[in-house]
Amino acid sequence: MGKDCGDACVKLLTGNDLTTGDVTWWTGDGWSRHIEDAVDVGDHGETLLAQETAALRVNAAYLIDATATPEGPRPAHIKDRIRALGPTVRPDLTRKPADPNAGTWVI
Amino acid sequence: MAETNLRFRDDEPHEEPAVSIEAFLGQTNATAVRIEAGEDARLLLPYLDRLALIEIDFPRFRDGRGYSSASILRAAGYTGELRASGDVLVDQMLFMRRVGFDSFAPDAPIDAHALERAFERYDYFYQSAADQAVPVWKLRHG
Amino acid sequence: MYQYDKYDQSIVDARVDEFREQTARRISGALTEDQFKPLRLKNGLYLQLHAYMLRVAIPYGTMSGRQMRMLGHIARKYDRGYGHFTTRQNIQYNWIKLEQAPDILADLATVEMHAIQTSGESIRNLSSDQYAGAAADEICDPRPWAELIRQATTFHPEFSYLPRKFKIAVTAAEEDRAAIRLHDIGLKLVKNEAGELGFEVYIGGGMGRTPFVAPLIRPFLPADNLFSYCAAALRVWNRWARRDNIHKQRIKILVHDLGTEEFTRQVEAEWQEILPLGTDVPRVELDRIAEYFAPPPFETGLSDSIDRSDPDFAVWLDQNVAAHKAPGYAIVNISLKSIGGIPGDVSAEQIELIADLAERHSFDELRATHAQNIVLPHVRKDRLYSIWQILRDAGLAEPNLDLISDIIACPGLDYCSLANARSIPVAQKIATRFADLGRQRELGELKLKISGCINACGHHHAGHIGILGVDRKGTENYQLLLGGSGAEDASLGSITGPGFSEDGVVDAIEKATDVYMRERADGERFLDTYRRIGMAPFKEAIYG
Repeated sequence: MGKDCGDACVKLLTGNDLTTGDVTWWTGDGWSRHIEDAVDVGDHGETLLAQETAALRVNAAYLIDATATPEGPRPAHIKDRIRALGPTVRPDLTRKPADPNAGTWVI
Repeated sequence: MAETNLRFRDDEPHEEPAVSIEAFLGQTNATAVRIEAGEDARLLLPYLDRLALIEIDFPRFRDGRGYSSASILRAAGYTGELRASGDVLVDQMLFMRRVGFDSFAPDAPIDAHALERAFERYDYFYQSAADQAVPVWKLRHG
Repeated sequence: MYQYDKYDQSIVDARVDEFREQTARRISGALTEDQFKPLRLKNGLYLQLHAYMLRVAIPYGTMSGRQMRMLGHIARKYDRGYGHFTTRQNIQYNWIKLEQAPDILADLATVEMHAIQTSGESIRNLSSDQYAGAAADEICDPRPWAELIRQATTFHPEFSYLPRKFKIAVTAAEEDRAAIRLHDIGLKLVKNEAGELGFEVYIGGGMGRTPFVAPLIRPFLPADNLFSYCAAALRVWNRWARRDNIHKQRIKILVHDLGTEEFTRQVEAEWQEILPLGTDVPRVELDRIAEYFAPPPFETGLSDSIDRSDPDFAVWLDQNVAAHKAPGYAIVNISLKSIGGIPGDVSAEQIELIADLAERHSFDELRATHAQNIVLPHVRKDRLYSIWQILRDAGLAEPNLDLISDIIACPGLDYCSLANARSIPVAQKIATRFADLGRQRELGELKLKISGCINACGHHHAGHIGILGVDRKGTENYQLLLGGSGAEDASLGSITGPGFSEDGVVDAIEKATDVYMRERADGERFLDTYRRIGMAPFKEAIYG
């Protein structure tokens, strides 16, 4: 897919919490359930991934492309946007249950 | 950590190194052979009498071909040592014992306590296999 | 239905203990994810898009009320208040925590349930006819045989590290309500000319990337040799499957590559090796199991007349209630496909309500179907109206069995990390577009199936209308297929042409149904008209 993020292109490190399975995002000094806290890992992603996996602080981690926006990073792939938010068909079970338009961010 | 016992036979361990099936079939005096995953264990059926050791390799623990090879050899009457080598984890070893393996050469060390628990955890088995376990259907009906 | 004896219970309890230890080893880091993944999959635990997902086995779809209540308990205590019934008669929970998974399995074990071999490269849940024991057209109840195979393939030491998953289905009627020819092994109980019981054995069916309808490998297998013959097929496949390519590992590929004749020859030869070893389960054990499936004590002298004066009830009665072999009784289908709802999803409250109905009105038995609905198999006709009222008030009385809004849909990209596109929103839009019940009934039997990716968990190849979600340059796109069937007239659907957007595929389906309405001959279903007139008229209407 084309990269039209230009200077706003970022790389995020994401995975799941080992014991709970929660989707998590690397914040620079730890892990958050909220993608708004995610930081650009630049070229350090693989190193971080290995270190955090070995320390059991993340499971099934991988790197993704995203675009930095005022609302926070927006993953390039719809799958990761759904991971970030929650199931679009159950707004009550997403990270933003009070926002009826949250699902449109995914698309 | 004390070394975990990975051999479940009363006789002495066999000293001779295991040769490939191809080499074995070309020799008259080899007594130990190694089967790679996917090789046909039935090639050895005419020679079971003179084999003291058959080693079956598990290149990745998810590759289950060796279980069928072992089952075939034991069903054919092989009574020598049957060794599972390679990527063998404690979680597979009960199944391996059941299909007839009686020694193990895993790539990574096996925890003795975990192995003991693995072997003692299940009291009953649904199906008959190469081991002595009586399948549940037989226990039900005598 | 089957009840555990001390042996069954011991085996399940030991498994809970084993998994508890394996989970502890993963959480402590003693096991890497690579090492743990096949082990947790053997207990039905996936790592999915939002959390761990647990798939609980419902052997051949059959449950008691007590077991159904436990499923509701798990939804409440460990998940987020609901579960999802699947196309293999299992149930899935989407929000599981690894640290609680051993406790969930322990709770399940108290009601004779488990998640053994529901995922991974295992012999999976046995599926069967949801009308077993109730329909008049079966030659016998297939479920004792399914239970026999279930036990024989549980923790089978030779077949626990297979090349890929393996799915077996069993039926006993001419009408195939379990899609047996789309399974790795499909078994149909038959009687030979001497009146002896045996199986037609189909091997090599399946959907996914390379779908196949299974060829008939053996026209008559003596019933007592069921297990040894299956073991022969498994052993041949275990040896020869292509472990180098994950897309080529199912037995259907082997059957296709070798050809039916050569594959049969190899299985028959292997079977001759296995037969003398005495691994078949003796008939006395089958008889013991079959006692649990004896017909319930049906009352006699019941009336067959039903008061149809409530028109909404009458519509539901006509659509969702099937004939029962016992006079005075009926088979109730509970649709889990409310218009605009999520196909197959059911809340903890609905679960408990259904459990209650089963206990009070169906001899404490219910079934999950591969169409993601529920069956109450043995209901007195004079109770139907009150049951319908209860279902209606709970949102469980959609009168759409086998109609276009009775959609089979996988969870799709909303839940599944394998998916390329969301499937549930498409299902919702289609159901909403066709919500008018009169229109649905006009269209008649129309089995619509949606998969969010090529793995085909939504069985889209077997849909009269099938939809496959794909990823088209980062955007969700939907391919439309027509003409598939999972019944005894099994066929694979054909793609109409280029794919559509989410709204586009709904429009395309409407155009296809318009063609059907225009072209159909008397008594033809959508599928029949398609088979008669072919793809061309549909293609022309859809693409203009």
